Amino acid sequence: MNEIKEKLLKPSKETHQDQIGHLISLVCIGFIGILVVAILFFITTKGLATFTTNHVSVIDFFAKSDWSPSQKGPNGKPEVGALAMIVTSFAVTLLSAILATPFAIAMALFMTEIAPKRGQKILQPVIELLVGIPSVVYGFIGLMVLIPMVRTVFGGTGSGILPATIVLFVMVLPTITSMSVDALKAVPRDYRSAALSLGATRWQMMYKVVLRAATPGILTAMIFGMARAFGEALAVQMVIGNAVLMPTSLTSPTATLTSQLTTQMGNTIMGTLPNNALWTLALVLLVMSLVFNVIVKLIGKRSAFKK
Amino acid sequence: MKINAKKINKLAIGTIWALVSVVVLILIFLLGYILVTGLSDISWKFLTSTSSSISAGGGIRDQLFNSVYLLVLTIIISLPISLGAGIYLAEYAKDNWITTLIKTAIEVLSSLPSIVVGLFGYLILVIKFQLDYSILSGAIALTIFNLPLLTRSVEDSIEEVPKLQREAGLSLGLSKSKTIVGVVLPLAIPGIITGVILSSGRIFGEAAALIYTAGQSAPIVSYTDWNPFSPSSFLNPMRPAETLAVHIWKLNTEGIVPDAHIVSSGASAVLIIVILIFNLSSRFFGNWAYRKMTGTTRKKRG
Amino acid sequence: MSFGKKGITALILSCGFLALALTACGSSSATKAQNGNKITAVGSTALQPLVEQASREYQVDHPHVNVNVQGGGSGTGLSQIQQGAVNIGNSDVFASEQPGVNAKELVDHKIAVVGIAPVANKRVGVKDLSMKQLEQIFTGKVTNWKQVGGNNVKIVVINRVEGSGTRTTFEQSVLKGQKAVNAQQQDSNGTVQQIVSSTPGAISYLSFPYLNQKTQEISIDHVTPTDQHVENNDWKIWSYEHMYTKGKPVGATKDFINYMLSDKVQKRLVKQIGYIQVQNMKFEKNADGHVQKIK
Repeated sequence: MNEIKEKLLKPSKETHQDQIGHLISLVCIGFIGILVVAILFFITTKGLATFTTNHVSVIDFFAKSDWSPSQKGPNGKPEVGALAMIVTSFAVTLLSAILATPFAIAMALFMTEIAPKRGQKILQPVIELLVGIPSVVYGFIGLMVLIPMVRTVFGGTGSGILPATIVLFVMVLPTITSMSVDALKAVPRDYRSAALSLGATRWQMMYKVVLRAATPGILTAMIFGMARAFGEALAVQMVIGNAVLMPTSLTSPTATLTSQLTTQMGNTIMGTLPNNALWTLALVLLVMSLVFNVIVKLIGKRSAFKK
Repeated sequence: MKINAKKINKLAIGTIWALVSVVVLILIFLLGYILVTGLSDISWKFLTSTSSSISAGGGIRDQLFNSVYLLVLTIIISLPISLGAGIYLAEYAKDNWITTLIKTAIEVLSSLPSIVVGLFGYLILVIKFQLDYSILSGAIALTIFNLPLLTRSVEDSIEEVPKLQREAGLSLGLSKSKTIVGVVLPLAIPGIITGVILSSGRIFGEAAALIYTAGQSAPIVSYTDWNPFSPSSFLNPMRPAETLAVHIWKLNTEGIVPDAHIVSSGASAVLIIVILIFNLSSRFFGNWAYRKMTGTTRKKRG
Repeated sequence: MSFGKKGITALILSCGFLALALTACGSSSATKAQNGNKITAVGSTALQPLVEQASREYQVDHPHVNVNVQGGGSGTGLSQIQQGAVNIGNSDVFASEQPGVNAKELVDHKIAVVGIAPVANKRVGVKDLSMKQLEQIFTGKVTNWKQVGGNNVKIVVINRVEGSGTRTTFEQSVLKGQKAVNAQQQDSNGTVQQIVSSTPGAISYLSFPYLNQKTQEISIDHVTPTDQHVENNDWKIWSYEHMYTKGKPVGATKDFINYMLSDKVQKRLVKQIGYIQVQNMKFEKNADGHVQKIK
C-alpha cells in the first residue's frame, strides 16, 4: 500500500529526466553568460584605465581626432582623440550593411520563394564559400585588385572608406543572407498561400507578407552583419590606409578602431598609456555594438508582425 | 491595376535575379582569382613538406593539419555548449527580461572583434592559466566567438521543428527533455549541421584571434607519435600551432622567403579547396544522420 | 528512444572530459616550464624568421629542448620578458627606448644589425635624395617630387606604425626629433612593399631584406644602401635586433643564445636573411642614437 502511495507521490522518472535536461541546458547558457560578463568586465577595466590611471580627459577622447598617445603633443600631454576612428568605423559599418542588405534579401528571397530547390543547391555553397575565404585573403585581393581600380576611377591613393566598404560588403553578405533565409523560412506557409489565394502576385506576396513578417529577423541579420563589419580587422586594415585622419571623402586614407588596434597592439608595452588607449578603443567597439543591439531591439518591438 | 501589379512583379523578380547573379559573379571572380593564381603552385611536395622561414620551397603540411585539428577541437568544445544553450533558449526560456538579457549577451559576444577575443585569450588563457601558445588556447579563443553563431543556429533549427512533433512526444508520456533529445533534435540536425559548416568556414579563415593564442610558429611534429601528451606528437593540444590562415597572413605581412607570394596564393587555394571538400562531406553526413535518426529520407523544406 | 539517454550521457561525458583535459594539460605545461627544457621566445616579427629557422636547426642537435618562437611585435616581447612570462623577448628597439620598460632588469643580446632604406614608387623619377630632402618629405614640407628633381607627381608618404622598430630607427636617424606628417601607416614590410610598388608617388622605407625590383631604393647623399656602407656607418639608418633575457640567461636559454651568436647562425643564416653580422660592424650605436667607432 505504502509502496504504491510513495511511487505515486514521488516525482516520476520523467520528471527527473526533465530536471536533468533543464539543468544541463541551464548550465550551458550560464556558461555563456559568465563568459560574456568576464569579457565585459575585463575590457571595461582595461579600457577605463586610460581615464583613471592616465587621466586622459573623456571629452578629449571623443571630441578630438589627434591620435598619438606615445608622443607629447603641443600642450605637453599625449594626444588621445579617437573621433576620426569612431566616425570611420561607423561609416564603413553602416555603408557596407546598407550595400549588402538588398543583395542579401534578394539572395534570401531567391532561395526561399523564387527557386527553393535550385536556389538552395547553388546559393548555399556560394554563401558558405564566401564565409570560408579568410579575411587576410579578402584584404589581399582588396589591396591587389580593388585599390588600383578605385585609384584609376577616383584618383588619390585608392585606399579609404570606399574600398573598405566594398571588401566588407562581400564579407558580411553571407552572414546577413543566411540569417535572412532563416527569418524567411520561419514565416508560416499559410501566410503565403493566403496571400496568393487572395490574388496577390508573387512579388506582392513576398513584399507585403513574407518580408513584413520577417522584418525583425532581417534586422537581426543586419545587426549580425554589422557586428562582423565592425569587428573585422585584418582585411580592413589592408585597404583603409591607416592614417588617423578625419575622412574628408570616401577615398581619403583613414583608420578604423579595429585597424588601429591590430596595427598598434604589438608595438605597445602593457600598462602604458599607448596600450591602455588601445584597450579603450576596444571598449568603444563593445559599447557601440551594445547600442546597435538596443536600437534593433526597439525596432523589432514596434514591428507589426511578431513571430 | 492588375497589369501594373504584374509588371511590378516581373520587374521585382528580375531585379532579384540580377542581384543574385551579381553575388554569384563576385564569388566566381574571387574563386577564379584565388584558384588561378594559386592552383599552379600546388603540388604533392607543397602539401607534404614543412614550411620554411628563410629559403624558398617551403610547404604547408603542418599548417594544414593544424587548421583541421584546431577546427575539430573547437567544434568538440563549442558544440555541446551551444547545443545546451540553444535548447534552453528554444524550449525552456520564458519570455521575460532575463531571456532578453541573455539573448543580448549572445549578440554582444558575436559582435566582439576577433582581435579583442584574441587578446583576451592571450592575457587570460596564455598568461594567466599558463596554457601557453597552444592549440588548446586557440580552440578556446575560437570557441568564444563560435558560441553565439552556433547557439543561434541550434536555436533556430529547433524552433523550426513543428509543434506537433513535440506534442506527439509528450503525449506518449515522454519527459520534455527526452522529447527534445529523441524527437526534436534529430529533426533539427540538418539545420544544426548547416550552422556548423558556416561557423567552420569562419574558424578556418580566422587569423586575428589566433595570432596571440595558438601562436605563429609551427614546430616540426612527428605524425607517428600518437601519444597526445608527448611534446612532439601531432596530437598534443599543448603545442603551438600556426594555422593556414595565420601562415597566409604572416607571408603577406612579414614573409621574408623569396617565394612568399607563391606560397601564400597556393595556401589560399588549398584553404578554399579544403573548405569545399569539408562542405560537401558534411552535407552528405547531415543527410545521412537525418536518415539514420528519423528512418526517413530528408524532405525538401520550404 | 535509447538515443535520448545516450545523447545526454554523451553531453555530460564530453563536458567532463573537457574539464579533465583542461586541468591535465594545465598541470603538465606548468611542470614543463619548470624543467627548463622549454624555451619560449616572443616578440619582433622581423627577428622571428631568423630565430625560427635557427631553432629548428638547434633542435636537431638538442632533441630534448623545445624551442617555441612567436611573433607579436617588439612591444609584446618586451612586456612579456619584463613580466617573466617568457624566456627571451625579441625586440627591434632598445628596451630603454620604450617607456614602461625597466631596462635595468633586462640583459641585452644583440643578434644582428638591420639596415633600413627609403623606397619610392618606380615612376617618381628620383633615385637619390639628400638627408635634408628626406627629412622635408617626411615632415610634410615637400609635397611634390618636382621639388626634389623628380617628375610632377604628388608625394604620398606611407609611414610605419608608431612604436615599431623600423619607424623608431628611421625617425631617430632622419627626423631627429621632429614630428612626422600625419600620413598612411602600415605595420608590415610586405604591405608597404605592395603599396609603394603600386601607388604613384609613394615613398616609404623598408628593411634591407625587403629591398627588391618591385620598388625604387633611394640612396642618400649618393651613398647606396649596402651592407658595407652600414658596417662603416656611411649609411646612417640602421639598428640592432635584440634578444632580451630577464637577468643573466641560464641553462638551455643561455645555450640557445650562444648558438644564435655562433658562426653557424651568424655566418650563414643572418647573411641569408639579409641582415648584417654584429661582429662585422666597425661602429656601435647606443639607445639614444649616438654612434661611435669600435676600437
